[in-house]
Amino acid sequence: MKKVIMGNHALSWGAQLSRAQVIAAYPITPQTQVVELLSEMCASGELNAKFIKVESEHSAMAACIGASLAGARTFTATSAQGLTLMHELLHWASGGRMPVVMGNINRAMAPGWSIWTDQNDSLSQRDTGWIQFYCASNQEVLDTVIQAFKVSEALLIPSMVILDAFALSHTYEVVDIPDQTTVDDYLPPFNPPVRLTPSEPHAFGGLTSPEHYFELRYKLQKDMEKVPALIEETGREYERLFGRYLGQVEDYRCDDAELILVSSGTAGYTARVAVDELRDAGIKAGNLRIKLFRPFPFERVRHILGQAKKVAVVDRNISYGHHGIFYQEVKSALYGHDSHIPVFGFITGLGGRDVTPETFKEIAEAALARDKADEDIIWIGVKR
Amino acid sequence: MKGEAPKQELEQNQEHEKLAREKERGRKEREEREKSEEWRVRKEKENRETKEGKQETSDKKEKKMKLSLPPEELMGSGHLACQGCGATLAMRYVLKALGQKTALCIPACCWSVIDGPFPYSSLDVPIFHCAFETAAASAAGLKAGLEMVGDTETTVVAWAGDGGTFDIGIQALSGAAERNDDILYICYDNEAYMNTGIQRSSATPYGAWTTTTPVKHFKKRPKKDIDAIMAAHRIPYLATASIGYPEDLYKKAKKAKEVKGTRFLHIYAPCPSGWKSRPEDTVKLARMVVQNCIFPLYEVEFGEKYTINIRPREKKPIDDYLRLQGRFHHLTEEHIRMMQEEVDRNWERLLRRAEAS
Amino acid sequence: MNQKQQKQKKKAAKIIFESEKDVPLMPMSVGSMLFNKTGAWRNIRPEINLAECIQCGICWKFCPDVAIFIENEFPVINYDYCKGCGICAEECPTKCIAMVEERK
Repeated sequence: MKKVIMGNHALSWGAQLSRAQVIAAYPITPQTQVVELLSEMCASGELNAKFIKVESEHSAMAACIGASLAGARTFTATSAQGLTLMHELLHWASGGRMPVVMGNINRAMAPGWSIWTDQNDSLSQRDTGWIQFYCASNQEVLDTVIQAFKVSEALLIPSMVILDAFALSHTYEVVDIPDQTTVDDYLPPFNPPVRLTPSEPHAFGGLTSPEHYFELRYKLQKDMEKVPALIEETGREYERLFGRYLGQVEDYRCDDAELILVSSGTAGYTARVAVDELRDAGIKAGNLRIKLFRPFPFERVRHILGQAKKVAVVDRNISYGHHGIFYQEVKSALYGHDSHIPVFGFITGLGGRDVTPETFKEIAEAALARDKADEDIIWIGVKR
Repeated sequence: MKGEAPKQELEQNQEHEKLAREKERGRKEREEREKSEEWRVRKEKENRETKEGKQETSDKKEKKMKLSLPPEELMGSGHLACQGCGATLAMRYVLKALGQKTALCIPACCWSVIDGPFPYSSLDVPIFHCAFETAAASAAGLKAGLEMVGDTETTVVAWAGDGGTFDIGIQALSGAAERNDDILYICYDNEAYMNTGIQRSSATPYGAWTTTTPVKHFKKRPKKDIDAIMAAHRIPYLATASIGYPEDLYKKAKKAKEVKGTRFLHIYAPCPSGWKSRPEDTVKLARMVVQNCIFPLYEVEFGEKYTINIRPREKKPIDDYLRLQGRFHHLTEEHIRMMQEEVDRNWERLLRRAEAS
Repeated sequence: MNQKQQKQKKKAAKIIFESEKDVPLMPMSVGSMLFNKTGAWRNIRPEINLAECIQCGICWKFCPDVAIFIENEFPVINYDYCKGCGICAEECPTKCIAMVEERK
């Protein structure tokens, strides 16, 4: 069934089709529509779930973790300040192996108050052990929520489905809403190997000495390493059932590209327009949109960027005191494999400043003008 | 003489045989007797008497032990609590009342450690060790999750210390109470952050020494009235309890179990390590604190109906209570007088509230 | 010994994980604390004078370590776990429990 819906509602539909059982969420701009629609769905009976209207995002994640431990499928959504408030519990969900799925609207961190898009909030959570998907269309958001539940529950690792504030969350697009029966075939009910129940009492998360902690975390990393292969498998299955493949990255005209732009989020789709315009102007450009950021899709990134002559990574975020985060990760992925390829790091669009095809053209020009890539950040769009 | 010897032998043999037969008969009779219960009990009594060297009256020994609480235990030995820990008694009584179909959410507090390290646990009920400030929220989520997977019977309990309830956990608790989430929130109050080494919390009473309120700067603010705060949320049931009155605590836990919505139990649990009291005084302190009305035992339903459970016939002065705890030894007569006035005022206020409802 | 006590006795052992494959996926308990004989913490021990005991059950009721059990209608101290806190002696109405120096 095709509907014109906003990005936030695509998250709600994804959760509804996945038959989420417990939702605990706290409102924050620009996420509010996600929970509003879910509230209506619970009230009308479209979604058989308990909606806990918690009093903060921290409590939202705490409630989701409790519900997940009981064996229920859980969902929540938040943004910026809310996500960072939950930080302590993000570690809890991954360390406790609870497959919570969360929608995060990328919003710039305060101060000053900003409701516009920026990737620092979710990227500053990259070490918490959550799978991270950066989506670029409402259709992708809806599909990815369903795939996220499947992957998370198979490996017992929580995941985040991330979308840009306003650029995606509030933009209306045509979305094909899959039918429930087929989704049920794709995504069976949550059946964890262990759950909290009085008939088999265990104490979960007790004091863990150096004797044991290391192995527990080793196991988490080992399971994280299985994610890329599982995404390919579940992505192909999704394609068979619904006609849309959900992979780790999306490459556009990269096969014979000499300059490859690396982007994410909605900027990743804007880059395609720029690539077409550059191609028309005779430049062999291509775009690699990274969707799966954690775990980092090393194999795909190396494979696609391996043939390029130059790589220009475009970050809508910054790790202060270092560089853009996608830049750092891409560069370290290529080290030792294709270290001869110059990788340029660009930072643009912080705090929601618009990223247009012109921005990408400026980036392409800057990359083409330079022979060697040094360590400096190339700032695009800052008023100097 | 050859003839005599055999005769003597024969006689001796006959004697031996007779003895042996008698022995055998005696043994059989003894066996019969021992089989009877009555004889066995009597024998045991005699054994004890011989051991102690004293005579007992027979009717005393036939007495059966009548326990005021059910004998089944859901808490095992070998846990890591200090000698004389009040918090363990609180857990023991509450679990007797709630039974096996209970799930505990324990945030950071003494009980996170008392239960035992991974991969062990001293309790026979499941525990979710949760983050410090999330006891109420985690319990709410756990309850919702259990209901969605079909378990509507398990009582979900948030079991937190005073720090995790009065201070860092108060937001989640207030949120859950306002929503009337179906959880039983139990705060065992040892009046400081004991697990991390006796730092003051908002439950520390006026006058107490803690490591962050040393003698020169002892705690000058009164204890936060968490029961009044919870009553203001109009939850269906809240009660105060003390480990010095286990039957009352047991009854309240049993009653709370049957109520739907947010229930709050505030249990007074002395800590010899943090209060610098003798471990053997733990139960005595828990009794004195009710007798001198510092910690009255009462119930509140829907924030309106106050029921005082124990009205001491003779309200004891607080001096004896304070004297038993090293944390109050630095107080002067003046301080104690002020504290006594405060206790009197609070008691009067509670009496008025109970009358009005 | 009833079924529950048997189960507990089975689980009352120290647990060693040889490899990461033996470690459960999430930190969860798989045994009880009964292997931990807290009786070693004592330096004074309670001794009940059964002749004076009036079988009120108060010592059993107030033991924080569940180290007093009832046998043949009388309290018995489980010295494997008794930490020597002295609450039983303090609370006994006939003062028939004496706290004596622990023998080394």
